[in-house]
Amino acid sequence: MALVLTEEQQLLRDTATQFFQERLPIANLRKLRDTKDATGFDRAIWKEMSDLGFAGIMISEKYGGTDFGPVGLGLVLEQAGRTLAASPLVSTVLLCGSAVQLAGNATQRQDILSAIAAGDRIMALALEEGPHHNPTRIATRAEASGQAFRISGKKTFVLDGHVADQLIVAARTSGNENDRAGITLFLVDPKSEGVKITRTLMVDSRNAADISFDNVSVPATAVLGSVDGGIDVLEQVLDIARIGISAEMLGLVQEVFDTTLAYLKERKQFGKVIGSFQALQHRMAVLFAEIELCRSVVLDALSALEARRNDVPLIASLAKARLSDTATLMTNEGLQMHGGMGMTDQFDVGLFMKRARVATASFGDGNFHRDRYASLEGY
Amino acid sequence: MEALEKFRQETRAWLGENCPPSMRTPMTSEDETVWGGRNAKYANPEAKLWLDRMAERGWTAPTWPKAYGGGGLSKEENQVLQQEMRRIKARPPLSSFGIWMLGPALLEFANEEQKKEHLPRIVRGEIRWCQGYSEPGAGSDLAGLQTKCEDKGDHYLVNGQKIWTSYADKADWIFCLVRTDPTKKHDGISFLLFDMATPGVEARPISMISGASPFCETFFTDVKVPKGNLVGELNKGWTIAKRLLQHEREMISGMGLGGAGSGAGLGGLEQAAKDYYGEQNGRVASPSLRDHITRQKMDGKAFALTMQRSAEEAKAGQGPGAASSIFKYYGTELNKRRFELLLEIMGTKGLGWEGEGFTGDEITVTRSWLRSKGNSIEGGTSEVQLNVVSKRVLSLPD
Ligand SMILES: Cc1cc2nc3c(=O)[nH]c(=O)nc-3n(C[C@H](O)[C@H](O)[C@H](O)COP(=O)(O)OP(=O)(O)OC[C@H]3O[C@@H](n4cnc5c(N)ncnc54)[C@H](O)[C@@H]3O)c2cc1C
Ligand SMILES: Cc1cc2nc3c(=O)[nH]c(=O)nc-3n(C[C@H](O)[C@H](O)[C@H](O)COP(=O)(O)OP(=O)(O)OC[C@H]3O[C@@H](n4cnc5c(N)ncnc54)[C@H](O)[C@@H]3O)c2cc1C
Repeated sequence: MALVLTEEQQLLRDTATQFFQERLPIANLRKLRDTKDATGFDRAIWKEMSDLGFAGIMISEKYGGTDFGPVGLGLVLEQAGRTLAASPLVSTVLLCGSAVQLAGNATQRQDILSAIAAGDRIMALALEEGPHHNPTRIATRAEASGQAFRISGKKTFVLDGHVADQLIVAARTSGNENDRAGITLFLVDPKSEGVKITRTLMVDSRNAADISFDNVSVPATAVLGSVDGGIDVLEQVLDIARIGISAEMLGLVQEVFDTTLAYLKERKQFGKVIGSFQALQHRMAVLFAEIELCRSVVLDALSALEARRNDVPLIASLAKARLSDTATLMTNEGLQMHGGMGMTDQFDVGLFMKRARVATASFGDGNFHRDRYASLEGY
Repeated sequence: MEALEKFRQETRAWLGENCPPSMRTPMTSEDETVWGGRNAKYANPEAKLWLDRMAERGWTAPTWPKAYGGGGLSKEENQVLQQEMRRIKARPPLSSFGIWMLGPALLEFANEEQKKEHLPRIVRGEIRWCQGYSEPGAGSDLAGLQTKCEDKGDHYLVNGQKIWTSYADKADWIFCLVRTDPTKKHDGISFLLFDMATPGVEARPISMISGASPFCETFFTDVKVPKGNLVGELNKGWTIAKRLLQHEREMISGMGLGGAGSGAGLGGLEQAAKDYYGEQNGRVASPSLRDHITRQKMDGKAFALTMQRSAEEAKAGQGPGAASSIFKYYGTELNKRRFELLLEIMGTKGLGWEGEGFTGDEITVTRSWLRSKGNSIEGGTSEVQLNVVSKRVLSLPD
């Protein structure tokens, strides 16, 4: 009974819809891009989002959160996807907030979760080391030396890495590259000596960074969770992020579908609107079907998280694979059906396409997740 | 809630006592399907027993009113019944166009006398029905049908031809669309019921690519039909026809969820792939094949979730929702893909026709693969379904 929204959830969705359309419309992303904004999102608006409770949506009331749960967060992300809203929701709330919630000790939780909920702290997860998502391929090392650890290695595609107030770094404390065991999560101050951060400008005009660690010293109290046991936390956190990004992509595909449909009813060629041509009608009907399936999958994934079902990994992979593939298809088709207009920067469909590709590459694309799904199912 | 739980306990107990052991095993061939009717043949006497016991309670048509022989169950109770039947892997006691298509239409549009006459006999599996819609010149454009029906005072006289009439050679009665006004298209169609034993009715089986002959060309030459057999008003049959099609499409959509002959005998796609292709470190040896299987399974799961969501929305009073308009299209295309994949998995073992060299399960899959091609044609083609979505749901103009 979780595929239909409750009244409370519908209310939240309406609040979010209004907020993103008024405060973070697509024009906002264009402005950040065109002014080459150094932060890459609007800090003041992030504070507004926190005041509305979006930043603390998965955080318990004890730490100043609203504890609205994963379905609530999914609804907010879906609406954010519709306007391509740039915000640190993924980096700070989905990834780092969840990691601290799951693995943090009392002090860490108190310090970090309340700062996140208040909108006062931006965080980033330094995980990837290559051009493809691979959470166990970690060469970055953390060597124990007395009461401290020394971290060395290179991370890439760190979302919001260049503006984070605090990093969570996945480093190897034992084992070899590709081993599941031996990964440890560290809380690292990005201003520490030996940390070098380079912002990478991506096609979606959002934020990412390459970060290198050269013998960076962190105290033992910086360990998040257990030494060598980081993968268990990582996997749960990644599934939350995969499902959250799927929810964002649901909003994205729905928006491109809606705008394309409107364009087909308005653009005339051959003396009639192009939406009267069956060659386009059938493609729209097929896309409609694909998106309806996407919606069911995202809702089920969110409620799986909420109910802490044990098939979360499976449904997370299903959601991320399906939404990645559909987002690619929808943005390609949407652009094509806009004709020459679709190729212009003035039309939004290109922006959606660029965001879709980055979202697809985040935490596993269709190939990654189909392979994972098959492994989980034992074939 | 408590009442429902009590119902579950009683149902479980009753099924435990009354569902014969052989009716809890998967069907091994289409011949085992129970269709009922005057000339029904039962390969297994327990199939008849199971049908009679279920019919007695009205559980062949669980939600129909008791007054017409149905089970009188609420939607929730019926769900429980279906769950409990699945739990013990009970076979459906009866497969029937009467239950899937005609009955719901009669309940909505027929007069009291017609309901009393036909519904209880459908429930008991005494009368087997066939569907006389398509004609050689009227397939997708169904409303172009020409089978002529004239008012001869004390009876109707029917002349014309139907085609693709599934099981016309085995059915006892037909629900038939006839033209009663040649000057109008949709408003000149009527919905008529008659006995296939009436003089002037002839059904000639057509062989299908699968080797079976389930459908027929059906000819009507001066067939006399009593006037009481008209359902609804004269020339107002199109509304009934369309509603019945909705029921038919719902029934066909379920195929996307996988059913009889969908390779269950081979242990599912992944097991079949391990068996026929090979295994490496516990995984299907071909990464490409594995990827195809995963796509199929993921789409199947997404489709099942969408049907579930639609049902939940309906229950929550939000109506059937736009999503339901894609079910026939998506479900049948998915089913066709599943069979293509099974064939790929089985390699040359999936290409046998009969005799030595192939197991019964293998032949069943091959024949079912061929039969599955009809899924996206019968009940309205995929293209017609996409037209419906683009016009009705997306409001795209002509
Ligand atoms: C990169 C680029 C360079 C170009 N360079 C030049 C140039 O140098 N000189 C020049 O004159 N032009 C140029 N063009 C314009 C190009 O020829 C047109 O964009 C093209 O003919 C499509 O017309 P349109 O953009 O008006 O799209 P529309 O005709 O509005 O088409 C919109 C959508 O409707 C579809 N559609 C339209 N009619 C039908 C139909 N009957 N049946 C089915 N689908 C239909 C189209 O396929 C498309 O998907 C260029 C375009 C691009 C993108
Ligand atoms: C296995 C099977 C069982 C059947 N059982 C029954 C039965 O019991 N009773 C009964 O009455 N009928 C039955 N049918 C008939 C079925 O309803 C028709 O075959 C179906 O409606 C299509 O009609 P047609 O075969 O004349 O194809 P056509 O309508 O000639 O279609 C040919 C092709 O053209 C396409 N096409 C047609 N119109 C359009 C359009 N407007 N836009 C785009 N594409 C279009 C179709 O999609 C199809 O691909 C059965 C069919 C099959 C295959």
